[in-house]
Amino acid sequence: MTGMNWEKAAGNGLLNRRHLLQLGLTGLGAAGANAAFGQDAGAILQIPEWSRMPGANASAYGERSRYAGDLRRMAGTPDPIYPGGGASRSPLQFLQGTITPNALHFERHHAGIPDIDPAGHTLVINGLVRQPLAFSYENLLKYPMVSRINFLECSGNSGALLRGGNADGTAQSLHGLLSCAEWTGVPLSTLLDEAGVLPEARWVAAVGADAASMGRSVPIEKALDDVLVALYQNGEPIRPGQGYPMRLFCPGWEGNISVKWLTQLKLMREPAQFRDETSKYTDTMPDRSSLQFTFPMGVKSLITSPSGRMNLPRPGIFQVTGVAWSGHGAIRRVEVSADGGATWAEAEMQAEPGDKALARFTIPWEWSGGPAVLQSRATDSAGNVQPVRDEVLAARGTISFYHNNCIQSWGVDNGGAISNVYV
Amino acid sequence: MSMSSVAARPGKVLALILLAAWMAPAGSQEARIQLGTPIDEDQLSGFDLIAAPDGSGMPTGAGTARQGRSVYELNCLRCHAVNGEGVSGNTVIAGGDMRSEESPLRTVGSYWPHASTLFDFIRRAMPADAPKTLSDDEVYQVTAYVLFLNGIVGEDESINSETLTAIAMPNGDGFVDQSHLH
Ligand code: HEC
Repeated sequence: MTGMNWEKAAGNGLLNRRHLLQLGLTGLGAAGANAAFGQDAGAILQIPEWSRMPGANASAYGERSRYAGDLRRMAGTPDPIYPGGGASRSPLQFLQGTITPNALHFERHHAGIPDIDPAGHTLVINGLVRQPLAFSYENLLKYPMVSRINFLECSGNSGALLRGGNADGTAQSLHGLLSCAEWTGVPLSTLLDEAGVLPEARWVAAVGADAASMGRSVPIEKALDDVLVALYQNGEPIRPGQGYPMRLFCPGWEGNISVKWLTQLKLMREPAQFRDETSKYTDTMPDRSSLQFTFPMGVKSLITSPSGRMNLPRPGIFQVTGVAWSGHGAIRRVEVSADGGATWAEAEMQAEPGDKALARFTIPWEWSGGPAVLQSRATDSAGNVQPVRDEVLAARGTISFYHNNCIQSWGVDNGGAISNVYV
Repeated sequence: MSMSSVAARPGKVLALILLAAWMAPAGSQEARIQLGTPIDEDQLSGFDLIAAPDGSGMPTGAGTARQGRSVYELNCLRCHAVNGEGVSGNTVIAGGDMRSEESPLRTVGSYWPHASTLFDFIRRAMPADAPKTLSDDEVYQVTAYVLFLNGIVGEDESINSETLTAIAMPNGDGFVDQSHLH
């Protein structure tokens, strides 16, 4: 196909997105990255062996095909000084669509995953309410629920790019504190109404039942708007690593505030000033002032394939694909550059982007075999445009590393090797 | 159904009654599920650990840094080292200067805006390998000790709910609340 007259959309080989349907694209997304290059022309097809004998029985719990690759989160090594503390990252470069399978949803814990028997778990609402209430898990399941597809991103995601230094990694290692799921639960407003919020209550202090009793304060406006007491994730009860039996879910906001293993909601006049909203999850600026309660995750996108540590096997046409999201609304558009931001072409959105949800984009790109820098730039429905790294560094400095939504640059060298680069 | 009548009923029976209310014919004013069990704040004295800057949630008790030294040596030293110097990036709990030339070391002393947070955090989360094993007095004592290591209180200053919340932390005015923007 190389050399054919496809309509160019931007420099260094980006093709018009409407060619997506016509092209036999080379995908790199599968776990066996270089496997999917199609059949040899002229091969004579036979009925395969597995079509000649009965297969396995239906099973009680499904597994991925043993040929589908060993998709795994990337977890740090346990640290006896920090028992249960740490994170695991989603393998973004091997996923397609926008929903993260539950077993691959990223995790961040401050004191490990508690083994909670829901029969012994209580959700308390107290503080500035007419009537403090206690809810059992069993009773919460009886409430009318709503479902929302929302991304969740740790505010420390992509922080390595702000710290500079050696940030040679994969989409997973650099940006894998990002996932997206359908969250189902009881609107927090329903439960707060039942307790009767007093007019002077301005904040809801949420506390988890983990060993750190991790707490965060949520402004009352958000609490009464779209926050859920989430009980289900992609249709099944929330997994322990995500907060079983229940978690707070604050759409679009930094992951830490969606308190897992939720056990207390206290209505307060002022924020509780927990450690994780003072010492951590605050953003110190170059002038040494520190921004507090910087909740929404900024508009952002990332090319997941081709991406860091992959190899383009030979020149040809590739499907560039990735995800985009914004804590301020829906993704309106994603542009892609193959020349380090000199020229841009609009990518195709795979489906109508949802509010505060991952959206997937694709665009065909013809790699000539020369150097390239692949980037994506998202714009959201509020008009926010994803910044370049230098803009983020100029505005925020390098003291904190939270809330980095800068454009990711993947450098492609002459041999097709791909790595994180700064342009 | 008013809250006062709810409060008068025992929980189990209540759930059934309210479930019946939920199933009431459409159009009924009462067709709203209400399954929370009323409780009193005093039932939560061992459950609600939120100790806030305004002193709410701070238990009775007191302690000095001198008393806190031994609490620290027994429960904290193994991870936070002598003088709170830490054994890893996230275990340094003393020192630092927000005005330093180089990127500032942010600790309890240099960074934290409220002293209440120290009591609140230690009581809920520390020691990391055995959280919630200290008595309230021990938490006050070791809170005083960590503040002492940071040069914020004297060794014999008594720390209680009132004196703790009255402390002006060195970086107390270093934060800008962004919550109104969202
Ligand atoms: C088993 C190791 C361990 C022990 C014992 C321990 N800590 Fe910690 N401590 C940690 C770790 C790890 C963190 C960081 C936790 C995180 O970032 O989520 C921490 C965080 C802290 C912080 C907050 C630091 C910051 O800047 O945010 C304070 C204060 C603290 N510990 C005090 C104590 C006190 C007081 C004791 C003794 C009563 C104690 N710790 C015992 C491991 C320990």
